[in-house]
Amino acid sequence: MSAPTLEVRNLRTHFFTRGGVVKAVDDVSFTVEAGKVMGLVGESGSGKTVTGFSIIGLVDPPGRIAGGQILFKGRDLATLPEAEMRGLRGNRIAMIFQDPMMTLNPVLRIDTQMIETVQAHEKVSREEARQRARDALGQVGIPSPDERLKAYPHQFSGGMRQRVAIAIALLHKPDVIVADEPTTALDVTIQGQILAEAQKLCAQFGTALVWITHDLSVVAGLADDIAVMYAGKVVESGPVAQVLDAPLHPYTLGLIGSVPSRNKRGEALRQIPGMTPSLLNLPAGCAFRSRCPRAEPGCAEPPPMAEYRPGQHARCIHPHQEAVAA
Amino acid sequence: MTAFLLRRLIQAAAVVLVMSLLVFLGVFAVGDPVEILISPEADQFERERAVKALGLDLPLWQQYLVFLGNALQGDLGRSFVFNEPALKLILERMPATLELAIGATIAALVIGLPLGLYAGLRPNGALSKGIMATSILGFSLPTFWVGLMLIMVFAVQLGWLPSTGRGETVTILGTRWSFLTSDGIAHLIMPALNLALFKISLVIRLTRAGVRETMLMDYVKFARAKGLSPARVTFVHVFKNILIPVVTVVGLEFGGTIAFSVVTESVFAWPGMGKLIIDSINVLDRPVMVAYLMMIVLLFITINLVVDLTYSLLDPRVRLEGKQ
Repeated sequence: MSAPTLEVRNLRTHFFTRGGVVKAVDDVSFTVEAGKVMGLVGESGSGKTVTGFSIIGLVDPPGRIAGGQILFKGRDLATLPEAEMRGLRGNRIAMIFQDPMMTLNPVLRIDTQMIETVQAHEKVSREEARQRARDALGQVGIPSPDERLKAYPHQFSGGMRQRVAIAIALLHKPDVIVADEPTTALDVTIQGQILAEAQKLCAQFGTALVWITHDLSVVAGLADDIAVMYAGKVVESGPVAQVLDAPLHPYTLGLIGSVPSRNKRGEALRQIPGMTPSLLNLPAGCAFRSRCPRAEPGCAEPPPMAEYRPGQHARCIHPHQEAVAA
Repeated sequence: MTAFLLRRLIQAAAVVLVMSLLVFLGVFAVGDPVEILISPEADQFERERAVKALGLDLPLWQQYLVFLGNALQGDLGRSFVFNEPALKLILERMPATLELAIGATIAALVIGLPLGLYAGLRPNGALSKGIMATSILGFSLPTFWVGLMLIMVFAVQLGWLPSTGRGETVTILGTRWSFLTSDGIAHLIMPALNLALFKISLVIRLTRAGVRETMLMDYVKFARAKGLSPARVTFVHVFKNILIPVVTVVGLEFGGTIAFSVVTESVFAWPGMGKLIIDSINVLDRPVMVAYLMMIVLLFITINLVVDLTYSLLDPRVRLEGKQ
């Protein structure tokens, strides 16, 4: 069997600040096969966005990849020279950002921003590049792409802009797309359309999709596998249905419990007590133990990642192995 | 667009009217030109005749109305000293000042933009810190002093550049220009740099601040995520965004540059409007003073309008608002 499209192994991305080393990503591993969707879930500050930027090689100083491997079809991106990485970026590996209002340059027309992407990776004429840009806009469901190409970003709505961003990401039919909360800033209806679009296009082109989100309901409908991150570490991973139906890690359970629709009407909404710890001085051992209802003295030792059910791993010494009535 | 222009023109007319009143009153308050213009030996009769000829016998409000009536016909009065139309005197010297101001603005952009860009891209480099420290000097050193120092070093001690005048000129369409001859350019370098000093610092600081701010924007990161070369990201995505504030400020500064060229022109004996106005103030040549100030007002209004129009060319968001 050939190497998977994307395999992240023990990735560590640290920020070397004056206040100390911030271990934003600390030992993260997951694998995404072609045509599959990996949902990377966690709270703000859990390191999911930094993981995304690590994959595409855009971690800015003072941050850098301090260890681990990012294998793209067997090639390690973490040690790839910048010039080669640039050749892959936007070409084989694309990224979609969170806020569509901010991702397009306000002073450049859509066609400029699309054509430059085509021409950055392929020697084609401007006309041909424009044609490709037009087709890509059509693919993501933008009506009258010819006119829209001549428009400026501010003439589009948020949902439209995100479609344009997706169209740009799709220009070279990449092998991997990293989508960093691309629907968070959008209306629910638009969100649904974008999700359906993403799913369709990935299946069509065999793209491996890393979908970063804090929204479990999005992951539930879209992803094949899921990795739950907490304080820079993956605390639980596995097939999405299995993890969401029978979570092993108390944090995953808390996260699922926090989804408002799962609460009974009239009851106070459930939440995870406490706050995410500062990444500057993480407690030794399990980072979640100060908020964990099941914490015990043994949690002061760093818990290992272990497979408790087939394909389902958790970083916990006392997982919910019994059936949980969520 | 037409409505916008029309509104701006009406505003401009109001500003000119108010300014003319202020200028007239101000100049009147400076002193009585009769004492300077008429020889002390003149007798009462000659004196009265001169006052009448200059129109200074009328009450102030009547003088103003006469001035206003003439100004509407394009006549800003005759110089007491040269006995020529004041407007003609000023227009004759305007090309020299414009040349100096344009030279200074070009120098400010050519020197300031690259330095600011560099300082913005490498905020922690030693060279960047040096650039920023030097720019503070550019802000705070007085123009006349720097001008004198330039003359001392480059004209007196090294003898590289001439210190006064415009040098050889070429006449095009009835006006004389220095920048077309090598001698003229040699004469232009020092005064233009002197005048540009403050603007260079301003452009450096604006550019650096703009680059620092723009580099953090998502669209720059997205441009990098598209695999664009660093040069394309910097010179297209970042540069076009920082041009908006730089053009605005440099454009608005252009009027100031013309007005403040007075100091540089005096130091380098540059025969422009600034030197004319200083000479006119010394002899209380009222029509020239008034005409000069009115010209400056008109210049400022025109420049502001041009800046607004350029701004809308650079920023598509402004363009749309104009149409709605």
